[in-house]
Amino acid sequence: MRFALFVGCNIPARLPQYEASTRAVLERFGVELIELKEFNCCGYPLRNVNFRAFLLLSARNLALAEGKGLEVMVLCQCCYGSLKKAQQFLKEDPSVLQEVNRLLGREGLGYKGEVEVKQLLQVLHRDVGVESIREKVRRPQQGLRVAAHYGCHALRPSPVVQFDDPSSPSLLEELVEVTGAEAVPWGRRLDCCGAPLLGVDDDLSMALTRAKLEDGARAEAHCLCVACPYCQLQFDTVQERMLSEGRIERPLPSILYPQLLGLSLGVDGGVLGLDSNRVPLRLGEISGA
Amino acid sequence: MSFLVALFISLALFLGGVLYKVSRWFKRTLYPTAEEGPGVRLSAALRGLVSTLLSLQGLRLLKVFALDVLLQMRVLREDPYRWVMHLCLYWGFLLLLVTHAVRGLLFEEYIPTLNPLLFLRDLFAAAVLLGVALAVYRRWGMGVPRLVSNSMDLYAIVAVALIIASGLFLEGVKITSRSVYLRMVQEYADLSTPEEERALEAYWVAKFGLVSPAVKGPIEEGFLRMGEELHEMSCAGCHSRPRWAFLGYGVARAIKPVALPLDRAGAAEGLWWVHVLACLVALAFLPFSKFFHLLTAPLCLLCNAVMERGRSSPANLATKRMIELDACTHCGTCTVRCSAAPVVEVMPNSDVLPSEKIASLKVLASGKELSRRRLEELLEGIYLCTNCYRCTVVCPVGIDLQDLWFEAREALFRRGVVEVSVLSPLSFFRGLMRAEIEEGYEVPLAGAKEAIAARFQPAEEPLQVPTGAELQGRLDLSADARTFHVCFSCQTCSNACPVVANYDDPEGALGLLPHQIMRACALGLRELAFRAEMLWRCLTCYQCQELCPQGVRVADVLYELKTLVVESMKGKEDEVRPLRRL
Repeated sequence: MRFALFVGCNIPARLPQYEASTRAVLERFGVELIELKEFNCCGYPLRNVNFRAFLLLSARNLALAEGKGLEVMVLCQCCYGSLKKAQQFLKEDPSVLQEVNRLLGREGLGYKGEVEVKQLLQVLHRDVGVESIREKVRRPQQGLRVAAHYGCHALRPSPVVQFDDPSSPSLLEELVEVTGAEAVPWGRRLDCCGAPLLGVDDDLSMALTRAKLEDGARAEAHCLCVACPYCQLQFDTVQERMLSEGRIERPLPSILYPQLLGLSLGVDGGVLGLDSNRVPLRLGEISGA
Repeated sequence: MSFLVALFISLALFLGGVLYKVSRWFKRTLYPTAEEGPGVRLSAALRGLVSTLLSLQGLRLLKVFALDVLLQMRVLREDPYRWVMHLCLYWGFLLLLVTHAVRGLLFEEYIPTLNPLLFLRDLFAAAVLLGVALAVYRRWGMGVPRLVSNSMDLYAIVAVALIIASGLFLEGVKITSRSVYLRMVQEYADLSTPEEERALEAYWVAKFGLVSPAVKGPIEEGFLRMGEELHEMSCAGCHSRPRWAFLGYGVARAIKPVALPLDRAGAAEGLWWVHVLACLVALAFLPFSKFFHLLTAPLCLLCNAVMERGRSSPANLATKRMIELDACTHCGTCTVRCSAAPVVEVMPNSDVLPSEKIASLKVLASGKELSRRRLEELLEGIYLCTNCYRCTVVCPVGIDLQDLWFEAREALFRRGVVEVSVLSPLSFFRGLMRAEIEEGYEVPLAGAKEAIAARFQPAEEPLQVPTGAELQGRLDLSADARTFHVCFSCQTCSNACPVVANYDDPEGALGLLPHQIMRACALGLRELAFRAEMLWRCLTCYQCQELCPQGVRVADVLYELKTLVVESMKGKEDEVRPLRRL
């Protein structure tokens, strides 16, 4: 299995542990990750500002991977949603595709629409397979209660992203359970983390985050588990600030899925970058884990 | 004599220029504050310098100097092609400077016509020329996307090429020159008979590339041997065979047919002046040219090895930023690797490109009055940055570009420049960095909202609903977004919206709710939809769209409405441009 790894903008700058843990985990399953340093922003933030800029940025990434004959593996739900949305748009409107290709042609690129885009969780669930993962689990995380958080742009709009059943997804819960941890049911699991409004309306953004964290705590989860840098930064870095500002009383740590999987595979916690998470998950204090 | 005068003038201009530029590091700033005058900054810099040298950071500085300054590993990591190019230029020129220029000036016994120097000089020159060729090809032959080349880039390449080429032609002309030969013979050779004179000259024509009308036809073997003996006696002590100077000798061979007229015209002296003046003018102009990075690039790398936002004093950081602006070589690495750069293909604002942004920041720091329009362009360029830090990671001279963008962004906000994109997730980074922003965090957000409200005034009551063709032309959205037409106002979207659910009085807080925005669109009440604060509080979580029984792509409509607002706010044209005309 080979993929062009699309890390996006946030991960290298603010969440290197996400890439490091992903690489450590996928290496165990023989998944080869190719780095294309020509990749640019997926277009996600630009979609609010200039639609053409969003499409061009997305299409350029797609064209680069397509040109190399590689499938794209995305770590960020917002990158995933953007690339999928751009694919749908370019597929449905040939005149737009033509115009985008005219712009891409200036640097010798072109997009045909033949490239596959997958999110890390899909790769693990479908390409690697839950059973293959199960065979390699050395240290099952028994006793750990995990609130699985999907991230909006993985699930919706479902006709575009085709990730899982949008109203009752199970993909992430299955991936959590294979690590030996318990995926707890919780009411707000499909809600937004609040990150898109950070910097725009901090109070609203943090109110949404607080609602999720409190709901996770009510379900007696030890931690949230995510697979998106925006969600993780919100649940980790921003939660740290919320705790210091007294916006929330008790911490509920958040862990990146490849970190959780890595632990169950016996990958060293240092390699997984667990210490880089700001709200620490103290596994030693959890009975049975 | 005139050479010495020229040399001293050049040196004086160079030193004066350096002093002037250095003084600017302490005077200029991205945002002037009362506490950080030049005196404060100078004393902070001296204190910082002393404490750094006394601490254990010396080792770190040495490491950076060896790896990043001398070996330029940062360039190698990014692009081996450019590493070869720049190392050729840097080391070739530096070694020429040390072995040729400085030695020629300072040491009496400088004998450039003797090996190994004879060979090495041309070897270094060849390296520089290779570097120049690679640079020219990279700038104007490779077609690197979005790489911008300005007149200073051209000047730098031309100046280096001129210095080296004039030197090589000078060398070639001197090899062939009979007048130079005769002057040397008069000064150094101990020849007693005209026959000996002819023999030596014949030998030099045969073996040393000399072009002389006095030596004609095939030279007899015995005569040549006699010339060789004389050469061994008088010349060999200072002259290796000229073919060791492989470039200069090549020039000599090439100009052989015209060597005599060139010599009579005084080409050797003319070229010497061209060469020397090219060097001296480049030296005098150096502080104001791209070559200033010879001094500022190492300084910048060393500063950033020991300085950090949050740890170093604000006064020193302000000074460091000015050094950074001077250290930029406009190499374009940042722009080539910028995550957002391709945006310029559809949003023609060169300030999106990091390398061009730096140029604009230089103007901003100079204190020159910039028009509101210019400031808005710069802020837009800075705000379209996704803060991926790649520019900072790849900058070969170690500029902390990320920190410059951060400072400039806040400086422009404090000057009251408005940017609508602050209401988009492009602000996520600024939100994360809130603790670093001392004051005015909310100001740009409020400013953008006010500007939108002012731009889209509420229509007079009763609302005039457009009809017919006018209605059709009001909102030209993509096929996705035109689905608002099938909305029957069941309110499922607004009920599903987590933002709406957050408020006791959602209409008061958000203006219109999602279903009302769909309705406003259907009625062609564009301004009503545009001024709804709901647009900028939309999480794009797609709960609305997922649940809509009519298949209205609610979130997609909101997305596109936002882009229309931005476009209209930036408005070169008053009318909203049709979206599908990509």
